[in-house]
Amino acid sequence: MRDYEKYIRYRTFPTPWCPGCGDGVILKSIAMAFAELKLDPDDIVVVAGIGCSGRMPTYFNTNTLHTTHGRALTFATGIKLAKPDKLVVVISGDGDATAIGGNHLIHAARRNIGIKMILINNGIYGMTGGQVSPLTPPKFFTETTPYGNIESHFNVRKLLTAAEASFVARETVNRLMQLKQVIKKSFQHKGFSVVEVMSNCHVNLGRRNKMKSPLVMTKYIEDITLNMAEYEKLPPEEQESKYPLGIFVENTQRLEYTDMYFNHIVPVAQQSGVKGAK
Amino acid sequence: MNQRQVLQGNIIIAKAALAAGCDFFAGYPITPSSEVAQYMSREMPKMDRVFIQMEDEIASLGACIGASLAGRKTMTATSGPGFSLMQEHIGMAVMAEVPVVIVNVMRGGPSTGMPTKPSQADMMQARWGTHGDHPIIAVYPAFSEEIFSETVRAFNLAEKYWNPVILLLDEVLGKAHMDVEIPEPGSYDVYWEKTNQISDLNIYDRKIGENPPRIDFFHGYPIHIDSLEHDAHGWPSFDAKTVDKMQKLRMQKIYQNLDDIIKFKEYFLDDAEVLIFSFGISARSALAAVKQAREQGIRVGLFQALTIWPFPRAALQERFKKIKKVLTVEMNMGQMKYEIERIAPADVEKQTLLRANGFPFTPNEVLDAIKEFIK
Repeated sequence: MRDYEKYIRYRTFPTPWCPGCGDGVILKSIAMAFAELKLDPDDIVVVAGIGCSGRMPTYFNTNTLHTTHGRALTFATGIKLAKPDKLVVVISGDGDATAIGGNHLIHAARRNIGIKMILINNGIYGMTGGQVSPLTPPKFFTETTPYGNIESHFNVRKLLTAAEASFVARETVNRLMQLKQVIKKSFQHKGFSVVEVMSNCHVNLGRRNKMKSPLVMTKYIEDITLNMAEYEKLPPEEQESKYPLGIFVENTQRLEYTDMYFNHIVPVAQQSGVKGAK
Repeated sequence: MNQRQVLQGNIIIAKAALAAGCDFFAGYPITPSSEVAQYMSREMPKMDRVFIQMEDEIASLGACIGASLAGRKTMTATSGPGFSLMQEHIGMAVMAEVPVVIVNVMRGGPSTGMPTKPSQADMMQARWGTHGDHPIIAVYPAFSEEIFSETVRAFNLAEKYWNPVILLLDEVLGKAHMDVEIPEPGSYDVYWEKTNQISDLNIYDRKIGENPPRIDFFHGYPIHIDSLEHDAHGWPSFDAKTVDKMQKLRMQKIYQNLDDIIKFKEYFLDDAEVLIFSFGISARSALAAVKQAREQGIRVGLFQALTIWPFPRAALQERFKKIKKVLTVEMNMGQMKYEIERIAPADVEKQTLLRANGFPFTPNEVLDAIKEFIK
C-alpha cells in the first residue's frame, strides 16, 4: 500500500464520476498532500456541497461531511471555530462555489478563516447534465445556452484577490505533482486558502464544444493555461481567454480568524468587564 | 437563591441558552430577534465560547450544524424572513440527525411583513417549512419563567433526540421587558450526553424507537455524515428497504417518545364546558379572560400548548370527551385550528378567534368571544 492510500476509503468505491474525469486526479493529489504532511485521518474533516465534486468526501478515509448545495463553507466555518486545531478542507465545484455559494466564498476570504478550499473549475454543472455555470467561458454551448453563452465568467483569481483572500492559487489536473505541491502548500498556510483546479468535463462541456474525448479536453486545458510570467507578457486582449497558473497570493501577515477570536477577542472580553444586561 | 430581574424576553432566551451550555452561536441581524445575538456576542467570549455573525441566515444555521458535528451545543436566532432562509438547513439537520436550537421570534408576515409587530403565523412553517417528510420539535413559551425553562428544555430535547428544535416566541415577548425569576444553576436539568469513542462507521445503526447516540467528528475514528438519504454507515443509499428503515428511525425516535417531548398546561379545565386552545401571547390573554369568565360563573378553561409540534393530540382528545365547545385563539388567519378540527369529535362545537393585524388580543376581546360562543 502506498502512503496516500490510507487516506482513501476504498470500501465506498466505485465513484459516480465518468471515465476520464479530472476529479480522480484531484482526489489522489489531495490524499498525497495528506500523506506528505503525515496527518492523522481523524484530525482532518473534508466538507463538500452538491455536484460531482460534492461526492468526493465520501472517498476520503477522514471525517467527511456532504452538505447542501453551495453551503459547504458555512458548515466548515462552524467546524473550524468549534475545533480550530483540525484541518478543515472544503471541496467545491464552480457552480457550487461561485454561483449558489458565491456569497459564502467572498465572506470566508474576507474573514480569513483557516479553511482550505479546493475549487474544481470544470466550467459546467456536470451532475445535473451540463448547464451553464458562472465559470463557463463566453460563447460556449451548454444545455441552457444552446445558442452560445452570452454571460461573462468570473475570474476567480481576481475575485478572491479583491476579497482579500490570503492564499490564492491555480493548477490543472494535467500536472499531478505540481497540483499536489500547491495543495500541500495551501494546507500549510494558516488563513483561508483557495486552490482553483482547472479540470475537464468532456462529457457535459466538451461533448457540446467539439472536445468530447478526455485527451482533447485536457489538451485544451493545457492550451489555455500558462505560467504567470508568460501570461503577463501577453497583450490584454489575449489575456482574457488565458488562465495563468501558480500561487498568486500568499499573505502570511494577515491573522487567521480563529486565532484572532481565541487569542485576541476572548482574552480582551475576559479582562474588559463589559457589562451585559445584568 | 433565585434571582428576580426585569429582562427582555430575548435576553431571557440568551441567558437560558448559556445556562443550558450553549457554547456556539451563529446568527444574522434581524428584527425582532437581534438582542439574542447581541447578548451572545458580549457574553460568549468571556466564557471562552464562540459567537460569530455570519453573512446570512443560511450560513448561520450551516455554521451551527457544522459546530454541532464538532461537539458544540449550538443555537441560532432569527425571525420570519430569516426563518424562511433556514428551511433547507433544517432539513439537513433532520436528515443528518444533528442537534441545534433555532429561535424564531415571530413577526408579521408574509415576506418582509411587519418587522416590529407580533404574529403567530409561522406555526405551519415550523412544522412543514422544509421539504420532505420529517419529524420536528417546536416549543412555544408564553409566560416569563417559561421562556427560561422552555429554552433549556429545547436544548435538552435537541441533545436527547438528535433533531433540530424550534423555539417560537412572540415579537411582543421578545421585545418586552418583564419580571422574571432566573433559577439557580442546578435547579433545572441540563441534558448532556458525552460522545463515546467511535470505533466503526455504523453510526446510524440502532433499533427503531431508540435514541441515537451522540455522533461527533474527531472521536477516534473518521466518520461520514451525509445530507443524502443514507444507510447505517452514513453512505448515500437509495435502496428502498434501507430508506424505509432510516425514515422510520428518524420519525420514531420522536413519535415513540411523545410523553417525554409533549408539554402543556391546563387551567380550570376539570369542570369546563368550553375549552380554549391557545399558545404564546394569545394564551396569556386567554388565561386572563378565563379568570374573568370564571368570576362570572362561566365554566371555561384553557389548554396552553408548550410543545406545539408534535401536536399534543392525545391530551386534547382526552379533554374533548368532557367538553361541549372548543375555541381556538391564535394570531393568524387560522392555522392550528385545522389541527383542532382534525382531532375534535363532531359533537364538539368549534369556534375560532383569529387576527393577524399586528395587535395581540386583549383579555376583554377573548372574554367577549367566549360569551358570544356560549350564547
